This record gives sequence, C-alpha cells and structure tokens, in this order.
Amino acid sequence: MSDAMMIEPQVALETQMAFRDFDFYYGKFHALKRINLEIYKRQVTAFIGPSGCGKSTLLRTMNRMYDLYPEQRATGELLLDGENVLDRNVDVNVLRAKVGMVFQKPTPFPMSIYENIAFGVRLHERLNKGLVTERVEWALRKAALWDEVKDKLGQSGMSLSGGQQQRLCIARGIAVKPEVLLLDEPTSALDPISTMRIEELITELKEEFTIAIVTHNMQQAARISDFTAYMYLGEMIEFGVTDQVFIKPQKKQTEDYITGRFG
Amino acid sequence: MSSRSLIGGRRDIGDIIFFNVTRLFALLSLLLMAGIIVALAIGAWPAILKFGTRFLVTQEWNPPAEQFGALVPIYGTIVTSLVALIIAVPVSFGIALFLTELSPVWLRRPLGIAIELLAAIPSIVYGMWGLLIFAPIFAQYGQPFLTATLGHIPFLGALFAGPPLGIGILAAGIILAIMIIPFIASVMRDVFDVTPAMLKESAYGVGSTTWEVVWNVVLPYTKVGVIGGIMLGLGRALGETMAVTFVIGNTNLISGISLYAPGTSITATLANEFAEATPGLYTAALMELGLILFVITLAVLVFSKLLLLRLARQEGTKT
Repeated sequence: MSDAMMIEPQVALETQMAFRDFDFYYGKFHALKRINLEIYKRQVTAFIGPSGCGKSTLLRTMNRMYDLYPEQRATGELLLDGENVLDRNVDVNVLRAKVGMVFQKPTPFPMSIYENIAFGVRLHERLNKGLVTERVEWALRKAALWDEVKDKLGQSGMSLSGGQQQRLCIARGIAVKPEVLLLDEPTSALDPISTMRIEELITELKEEFTIAIVTHNMQQAARISDFTAYMYLGEMIEFGVTDQVFIKPQKKQTEDYITGRFG
Repeated sequence: MSSRSLIGGRRDIGDIIFFNVTRLFALLSLLLMAGIIVALAIGAWPAILKFGTRFLVTQEWNPPAEQFGALVPIYGTIVTSLVALIIAVPVSFGIALFLTELSPVWLRRPLGIAIELLAAIPSIVYGMWGLLIFAPIFAQYGQPFLTATLGHIPFLGALFAGPPLGIGILAAGIILAIMIIPFIASVMRDVFDVTPAMLKESAYGVGSTTWEVVWNVVLPYTKVGVIGGIMLGLGRALGETMAVTFVIGNTNLISGISLYAPGTSITATLANEFAEATPGLYTAALMELGLILFVITLAVLVFSKLLLLRLARQEGTKT
C-alpha cells in the first residue's frame, strides 16, 4: 500500500471524543472489544457494519445512555474534550446536554412543537421567555423545519409527519447547544425524500456540531460522512477517511462488506 | 379441495350462532343496567314525588316523622372520596414511579405483588382494622399532630379543628385511600411500563433527571391510562360500604366543615337502615339514595370521558 494512495483530509483536525482501550459488556456478554478511536471536531463520523456488530452500542456509550440499565457497564477511557466521560463523578445530565442524541424512530414528546424544544433548553439554562422563544426559532431554522411549523407552534409534536417529527427531534437535540450530536440510524424509518432532507441537514449541521452517525445504508455513509468506521462482532475493523474506506479499504473484510459480498 | 363450493358450507351456521351468542352477552349488560336504573327509579318514586329537589339539599333525616333529606350522606360520600383521592393519587404515583424507574430489578416483582395483595383484603377487614386499631391510634397521635401543623393554615386549618375522636370523615377518607391505592398504583405502573423505552431515552438524552422524564414525558404520554386508573379508584371509593360504615361515625348531621366530625355516607346509611326500614316513604327515600349514588358514579364517568376528550383536543391530535 503506497502512501500516495492515502487521501488526506483538507482541514486541521481536532479531537472531540476519543475511545481508549474501551470495552463494553451487557452482563457477561463482551459487546465491544478494545475500541480505540478518535471522533474529530466538526466532522461527520459514520459507523457501519452488519446488525449486532456493536455500532449502536458504541453510540449509546457516548452519552452514557447505558447508565439506565444496571447490567450494562463500560471499562477503559472515553474522553470528551480531554475529560473522562466514564468517571463516576460525571454529571450525566450535563454530559447529555453536551452530547445530544436522535433515535431510529422520531420520538416527539407528548407536548406542543414549541414545548418539545423549549423543554430541553429550560432544563439547562435559565432564560426569560423571549430568549427561549428565540432559541426555539433558531433550532427550528437550523433543523430546516421553521417554515413548515412557524404557524402552528402550539400544536402537538405528534401531529407532524414522520420526516418532520425527526427534524423536530434534531431541533430538540441542537437547541441545548451540544458539542456532539449522536444519530442512531436517523433515517431508517423515513421515506426517500425525508431522508434526503435529513442528509442535507447533517451536512449543514457539521459546520457547528460534531456528528456521529450509525447507518445501515452504505451509500448514506459514503455521501455524508468524513470518516467511516467499519465494525464487526464488537471490534473496530477499519477506521479512516470515508473516501479511502470506500474506494480503497485496507482490510479485506471491509471490502467484502462494502461491495456486498458479505453483510 | 377444488370441488368445494365457495358459497355456503357448515361454517356459516357456526359463525352465526357464535355471533349471536356474543351479541346477546354484550346486550345483556346493557339491559341489566337499564333494568337497575328503572327499578331504582320506580322504588324511589314516592320519595321523589313527596320531596322533589328538596331531598338533595335538606339535612333532616327523621324516619318516624317521615321527613327525609339526603344532604348529609351525599356530603359524606363526596368528601370521603375526595379525601381518599387527595391522599391516594400522589402516593400511587410515587409507588408507580418507584416500581418502574427507580427500584432495583429484583425488588420490582415482590413489591408489585404486595401492592396487588392489598387489593385482595376484604373490605370488612379494613373496616374492623380501621375501627379497632387505626382510629384509636389516629385519635391519640395523628389528629393532634394534624391540628398542630395543618390546623394553623388560614382557612384550611378549619378542616383540622375539633376534638380528636378518631372515627369520622377523615378516618373514613384515609381508610378509603388505603383501599384504592392498589388499584390506582397498579394501573399507573402498567401504563408507565408500556411507555416506549426510546421515548424515555430521548428525554434522558436531552439531560433530564428521572423526575423530569416521568413528570414531563411519561405522565403526559400515559395520561389517558392514569386518569382511567384514578377514575377506577374514585368509583370504588364512592361505592365502598363496609369499611366506611365502620369508621365514619354514622351521624346524620353536618356539624361544621371539620373533617374530624363524624358523618355518614350514602352507602353507610343504606347498610345501617335498610333492614329496619318500613315499607313506604322510608324505603323509597333509601331507594332514592341508591339512585343518587348511581347518578354520581355515572357523572364521574361522563366527566372523565369529557376531560380526556378535551385533553386530546388541546393536544391537536383530535379536532
């Protein structure tokens, strides 16, 4: 493999999150094995791999969502801006304000569109009503939803279409001004047009946020991500610049998966 | 198989019989309900004719003089049920919250079963326990404590004034609360349990605490079930007879607004007096009490349906 083939990224990279000898267990099951990985600031990092390879699990460790389930635990180090997220003294509520998450299916809260976004903002900041309203508008504009909902902010979030609901969830996630946004197969329940809008949105959002996305759709990973990690059976098989992983993967396993001979 | 005709065949008859049998069962419940209302109304007719609406607002209950007014039992029924709800709803919410979100997994089943078992205790046992054990302790420690604390709040304090007798409206309300907690708590637990994990995780995902998740997301998401559970408990509290009869004091008099005062409820009056009632106006008055209880329960049901409809409308999911 000659170095001339390596495609170097254009900008200087800064590490936002880093896994160091990271292991994860569901009870006795060893789900993630010795993960070492950098998530770069204001870049999109995609996680691909067959079902059950641990990519969603990896994403869920980044905001310590696994804390809700007593039988799940992690060892090693997971750094966010140099601080260990796994530390016992970490305030998970603050962590989750810094590392937001959007799920496979839209999960609007049972309240109005406005409240869906204002809710998270009020949890973390004491703002007067005017500033909250400003923030709601800002988040909805960022999520490319403002024009569609500006006349019905008082309506239930559940009254929106699936694609709109998912953008509402993204708006909700960015309204608290996180540093990292975790997207767990955010378009798997959406139609192609909604999917396209979300993909465009992700490309715009990376100007301000670090994005980690799990996807089953390899074209999606190729289209929107800057870095790609291929995982298999809880191990990080290959990690690199997306174009390189897709055009000239270093490992045969990765190549087999990407070309559809396996998976 | 190809020779079988698509039309006719023996399954038709079986389906028709099955359909009609199930329809009969369903209609039977409607008929029963209508029959009971009609029977009550006919039985109560002499009293309705004699007293009219005065029956609802007068206190006098004098069988020898054939003067009957239902204000005291109506007041007792409504106030004891309200007291029961005010105590039982927050406690049940706490129980359901603990069982679904906070409790260690190994404790969930035994605790859940214990709470359901509370519902299996016969109401007469609650009555005896309330009269012989709870009421004396309540009179000695509970009521003096309430008078010394809540009794000092302006306006509200008047509810906790008067001699600590133990038995009375408040004691009946507390016993009722204990009786309906298992119903409300287990319904709340069940509906909290079916809240999608992803919805809860989303709420945790924006940095909510457990309390914020349950209060702002789980509770609104499950409000139909929660209100249903509360109404089930209220229905039980309104209709509960034996336990209330034991501890309410059975006094046909409203002596001020203090909850310490003894009183009576519709069910307690019926249980105490039906055996000795002479035919005629006395029996008719008791029948009318039964009819009123029926109407109150029905009103609660209708009110809860309207409330749910309004909530759905506010949310914009229905227009």
